Amino acid sequence: MVQKNDIFTVNKGLAQMLKGGVIMDVVTADHAKIAEDAGAVAVMALERVPADIRASGGVARMSDPELILKIMDSVSIPVMAKCRIGHFVEAQILESLGVDYIDESEVLTPADEAHHINKHLFKVPFVCGCRNLGEALRRVGEGAAMIRTKGEAGTGDVVEAVRHARAVMGDIRHLTTLPDEEIMAFSKDIGAPYELILETRKLGRMPVVNFAAGGIATPADAALMMQLGVDGVFVGSGIFKSGDPAKRAAAIVKATTHYNDPKILAEVSRDLGEPMVGRQISSIPENDLIASRGW
Amino acid sequence: MRIGVLALQGAFIEHIHMLSGMGVETVAVRLPAELGGLDGLIIPGGESTTIGKLAVAYGLIDPLRSFGQNKPIWGTCAGAILLAKEIRQHQPLLGLMDIVVARNAFGRQLDSFVTPLDVPALLFSKANNPPFPAVFIRAPIIDSISGDARVLASLPDGRIVAVRQKHLLATSFHPELTNDNRFHQYFSMMVAGKV
Repeated sequence: MVQKNDIFTVNKGLAQMLKGGVIMDVVTADHAKIAEDAGAVAVMALERVPADIRASGGVARMSDPELILKIMDSVSIPVMAKCRIGHFVEAQILESLGVDYIDESEVLTPADEAHHINKHLFKVPFVCGCRNLGEALRRVGEGAAMIRTKGEAGTGDVVEAVRHARAVMGDIRHLTTLPDEEIMAFSKDIGAPYELILETRKLGRMPVVNFAAGGIATPADAALMMQLGVDGVFVGSGIFKSGDPAKRAAAIVKATTHYNDPKILAEVSRDLGEPMVGRQISSIPENDLIASRGW
Repeated sequence: MRIGVLALQGAFIEHIHMLSGMGVETVAVRLPAELGGLDGLIIPGGESTTIGKLAVAYGLIDPLRSFGQNKPIWGTCAGAILLAKEIRQHQPLLGLMDIVVARNAFGRQLDSFVTPLDVPALLFSKANNPPFPAVFIRAPIIDSISGDARVLASLPDGRIVAVRQKHLLATSFHPELTNDNRFHQYFSMMVAGKV
């Protein structure tokens, strides 16, 4: 008989094994091989990278299972795939394919404007986005085994990723300094489950692994997020929208390991070719921002 | 006693916390020079392909091989893969232990599990030796052993999941993800030359 808490142990545990690593968005089996050869710890199988989703507009949905299966066949590292917020049937389909992690992602068009998936009903683990500690712990309360800060996907502008990482870390620092009698009100203010607030306060960190995502395009961006205290990074459009994806991917992997060593960071940042063009977030109309999706 | 934990990628903090909790001095190792002055080393779980590539890129393969000639090394999961002489695909290995390892031997993440495991070698710690809570995550198994490698634990179906060869130790599961520090105690006794 499989115990519910054993499932959470191995699902949270897989995220722990990904720490200090880079998870890369890929849209073909060839991309997946390039990512694995560059040292990615996992790949995210997608039909379009966020920059293309942003450019083409329309409804963004779960990828074709055929594509996901091809990518699963092509690499030995874990394969993740995205479903829409609240679209529990897409999640059921992804689980039946045997993907290693599901990203219930704001990058796709939300299917439910009030509720996320009840992730406790699944055996496959979920990662979800957050902008602050309250949002992160609501997702953990729903069963997420891993969290990532949202940033603003498909822009190549790291400013939102920084804002969200600072917000999460700041909330945790604040929580650890509060007197006991103020914890319940804090929990109410940020809309987070009380038990998870207590656990976070005791640990002095998020109770699950927390990666950064959304706008990371260079080795220096990855190291910046690591120095801000995240456990690892997702890189979406930043690699395969750049001039030399294999070289940039390998450089971001090295920067994520040696994030505290400016000499190594300078070395790996040399001669990487053109970065993704990017789009300054402050130039994007508020309606077109992705990070505000999620409740 | 100073024990290093290879910190290229993966669950190295968990090992460091476990050892620190036992009062052992620990060092995070990312570059060859950081191996100096260590009495033993743990290679943690993570992605073996990533750890192997980073070890090659930063010139750690030969220094790790010479370290392992006479100093204790313990590899958990990905670490066990790196210690192996042979695996079924092409990736960088240290080749220090006479074991053949199969990666992802149980399948994908949906096949990961926790199981109580009998490990007779852990009898040192208590009068009784309860089963060890073994956490298997996309885990490898040890297909076969040779030379003076010996089995420390296998699953009920006979598949080998823990092996010791003199001063080298390989486990395909993750003691660092549990609250049970008996394997860390066992390794620190190996480093002290007591077992």
